[in-house]
Amino acid sequence: MGSRASTLLREEEIEEIKKETGFSHSQITRLYSRFTSLDKGENGTLSREDFQRIPELAINPLGDRIINAFFPEGEDQVNFRGFMRTLAHFRPIEDNEKNKDHTASEPLNSRTNKLLFAFRLYDLDRDDKISRDELLQVLRMMVGVNISDEQLGSIADRTIQEADTNGDNCISFNEFIKVLEKVDVEQKMSIRFLH
Amino acid sequence: MAALWTLRLLLSACVLGCLALTTPEERPQPHNLPPSPGFNSSDGSLFVDLPMALRVFSVDYHHVQAPFEIVLWIMLASLAKLGFHWSGRVPAVVPESCVLIMVGLLVGGVIYGVRHSAPPTLSADAFFLFLLPPIVLDAGYFLPGRLFFENLGTILWYAVLGTLWNVLGIGLSLYGVCLLAESTLGDISLLHCLLFGSLIAAVDPVAVLSVFQEMQVNEQLHILVFGESLLNDAVTVVLYKLFESFLRLPSVSGLDVLLGGCRVVVVGLGGLFVGLFFGLVAALTSRFTSRAQVIAPLFVFLYSYLSYLTSEMLHLSGIMAIVTCAVTMKQYVEANVSERSKTSIQYFLKMWSSVSETLIFIFLGVSTIQDVHMWSWSFVCSTLLLCLIWRATGVLLLTAVVNKLRRNVVTFRDQFIIAYGGLRGAICFSLVFLIDDFPKKRLFITTTIVVILFTVFVQGMTIKPLVELLDVKRKKRALPTVSEEIHSRLIDHVLAGIEDVVGYWGQHYWKDKFEQFNKKYLRRFLIREDHQAPSSILRVYQELERREQRGDEEAPQLGDPRSPSRPLLPEEMDSIRRILSRNLQNFNNKQTPAYSRHTLHQDTSIDRTRKPLHRHQSLGERHTYNTITHWTQGEDGDFSGTRRMRAGLSRSHTVCSMSPRPFVQDSLVTAADPKSVREAPVERAPQKQLSFVLENENHHKLYKLGGAFLIGAACLFLFMLLLYVLWMEVVDVKRYILQERGDSCQNAQVSVLYGLSFMVAAAGVPLELVSGLVFMLVGRALLATFFVSFVNLKSPGTDQPTNPPTHPHTKHTHTHTANLCWGLELR
Repeated sequence: MGSRASTLLREEEIEEIKKETGFSHSQITRLYSRFTSLDKGENGTLSREDFQRIPELAINPLGDRIINAFFPEGEDQVNFRGFMRTLAHFRPIEDNEKNKDHTASEPLNSRTNKLLFAFRLYDLDRDDKISRDELLQVLRMMVGVNISDEQLGSIADRTIQEADTNGDNCISFNEFIKVLEKVDVEQKMSIRFLH
Repeated sequence: MAALWTLRLLLSACVLGCLALTTPEERPQPHNLPPSPGFNSSDGSLFVDLPMALRVFSVDYHHVQAPFEIVLWIMLASLAKLGFHWSGRVPAVVPESCVLIMVGLLVGGVIYGVRHSAPPTLSADAFFLFLLPPIVLDAGYFLPGRLFFENLGTILWYAVLGTLWNVLGIGLSLYGVCLLAESTLGDISLLHCLLFGSLIAAVDPVAVLSVFQEMQVNEQLHILVFGESLLNDAVTVVLYKLFESFLRLPSVSGLDVLLGGCRVVVVGLGGLFVGLFFGLVAALTSRFTSRAQVIAPLFVFLYSYLSYLTSEMLHLSGIMAIVTCAVTMKQYVEANVSERSKTSIQYFLKMWSSVSETLIFIFLGVSTIQDVHMWSWSFVCSTLLLCLIWRATGVLLLTAVVNKLRRNVVTFRDQFIIAYGGLRGAICFSLVFLIDDFPKKRLFITTTIVVILFTVFVQGMTIKPLVELLDVKRKKRALPTVSEEIHSRLIDHVLAGIEDVVGYWGQHYWKDKFEQFNKKYLRRFLIREDHQAPSSILRVYQELERREQRGDEEAPQLGDPRSPSRPLLPEEMDSIRRILSRNLQNFNNKQTPAYSRHTLHQDTSIDRTRKPLHRHQSLGERHTYNTITHWTQGEDGDFSGTRRMRAGLSRSHTVCSMSPRPFVQDSLVTAADPKSVREAPVERAPQKQLSFVLENENHHKLYKLGGAFLIGAACLFLFMLLLYVLWMEVVDVKRYILQERGDSCQNAQVSVLYGLSFMVAAAGVPLELVSGLVFMLVGRALLATFFVSFVNLKSPGTDQPTNPPTHPHTKHTHTHTANLCWGLELR
């Protein structure tokens, strides 16, 4: 199809993506080749089916939610920019960036943004709160069938209890950040084989 | 229970059979009867002393001797293995290799005691030609390819450089020790020391893996140690042969060393290419097996073994060849053959390698009992020390360098495991026997045996506690909260998913290239046409299953209004943590070991397709499923069973008078069918009815075990007595003894009778039987009284009469709040 030519990556695009996400040139080109290999329809965008074709993602208990995270609100296709934007959350934080003065906008892979990504996986209805039901859903996905409902409920209760400071029985984003302050999120949420 | 001691009976019968059948060979034939026509009356045939009539019953051992003995040994090995796995808590403490060596020692000792000569030893040829290939083939076939190639650099680094470091270090230091102890060890030359160093530095994959079964190691560490032990075999054997050929030369010049170095490379690469060649041919052959599917597995084994033999013939590295062959042909063969053939291949591989490994360890034990030991304190102790020191320093140094280049650092815990887990095994043992004879060879043999036994026993048994100590020390800093655990787990899953999206490109430019080449040429050539399309149907099926199951899960959750959150007791916290640690891990497949000697880890894709199905079915019964069955399965080695037992016993008398526990189903009757759990639906009392189990049934189990042991011992005793009677009646003992003592003691007075010891033994047997029975009865009585006492404690709310229902499926409801019970139960 004639669209083949338009799917080649242009230098200006690479520069823009570099500025926006912070990936290096070689990383962007490699991720682009991955993008094209996933893109079976060869139309420059990925649909949900393309993601579901990745077998390991099908086994992942949170597979669907991860796929959802790539697609912006209400859309069914994601182009390369969107793809990179999501992946940028998982870029490892370089040493020289750690002490950089965050003036205008935080880079996409800052700790807060990483945590926001994780938060949004719980919070499906985007009301900026993780309710007990949302927590239970995710727990059930992660834990399997060996646990009875009461136990799971008590675990969920305990989780909310530990985080909740304003007593609304939901976890807000700030509470979420506070709970995870001891966890090394920067290292945990970085793709390991990027360099 | 009955099965357990039947097994022991079998095992001991086997041992006695081994030993009994080895004795008749030695006996000089007291009967000089003319050979009767009609059957083979060669040595070793026992027959009743009848005149020349037709023999109704005769035993002709020599006819079947060789295969019979081989089978008996294999049977002994396998029964020992079975017994080991059935023996409850032993596998948690003692690694299997230790137990097998001990069995071997026992059998060797018995044989030595009976025959007064050395038991059969493991000949190096038998080891290298028959026992080693199945193990290496199994290792190569189930090698997790992707992980291996990702870490190939590090593995090669450890294998080649680490081995070189160890060999040179140990060899040179030992030479230093020999120089110091001029008097006793002066005649060991430098080359001998280097030779010894090369064979003792070899870390054995067999021993290491058998120890790793028990430990929880992440897959990266597993592949590092595993890959290293595989590859360093090649390096070791090459170095060994090199030094040996140096020893045979009249003098060694610099040129020879250089040639030796080239030889190492040639041997390694040569083995690789031989393996590649045979692997590809095997793949091609498997393409045409569709019409004769039954023999398809045979080709796998034949070609692998052929590659091994060919490279041995050409003095190349057989291990490299067979591993390469297995790795190469795996993907094509598995695509070509039917599902059943694939399973057969996997099962046979596991079976053979298992038998091989067991035999190796048993023979190691047997061969230890010998006449040829020569002991030297300084040599042995210094060897042990040097092995440990050099390995530790080697690992530390190499890791320090390699961590700079890797993304995933090798942590200190991992380094410790690599260094301390360097167990030596049968390869050293066989290599030491192959040394050309020289005066101190016996010393080398003894030292090797001591080192192997030390590493396997001491290091093998202590590595797990030491690692746990290390872990505990690091974990003590902060016990993660429940939120942290859950969210961390979420993040782990997310990261795994994102990494799968991104795919493994990165550092693997060559891998991508290879994949393209593979797809374009190799797959088309080597795989049958109809099998070439990727299993998209499989994936669609997976997807549908997933969607269906997901739809069920997002059905409305339990809507019952929970009481407002109350502060949870610390015991509840513990239990939550335990639940989480056990269940969350099941999904994080990066933690499970990638290779296991004893179980088939099926292909993840196939396994997971079955899992959604399973989940789908069990979703309906989710609310009746019970953790009891989960907990009584004994996977929790870290649960202090005795603690619970004791606490449970006291609890049953004190606590439950206040608030009876919700006793749901058959936790005590461990043999009960877990499916029956679902029969009795749990009544939903308004309060929590948590089904954490109370387990103090171990008491009666212990009694029964003791009783079983006693009865088993009595049976053995009886058997021995019978053998003695047989001996006395059938054989002319007087003449045999006289002939034995022949020249040394001319005036011996021999009288043969049933003496005092026989009477005592005959009296002892029924006493043992009786005591065993008594123990069994005590155990049963305990079980019954426990039921009774337990059932008697009812809540005052219910109005059931207090007659003991012996039906184990009775459930109790109660009106007391279960909080106190729940908290106290968990202690």
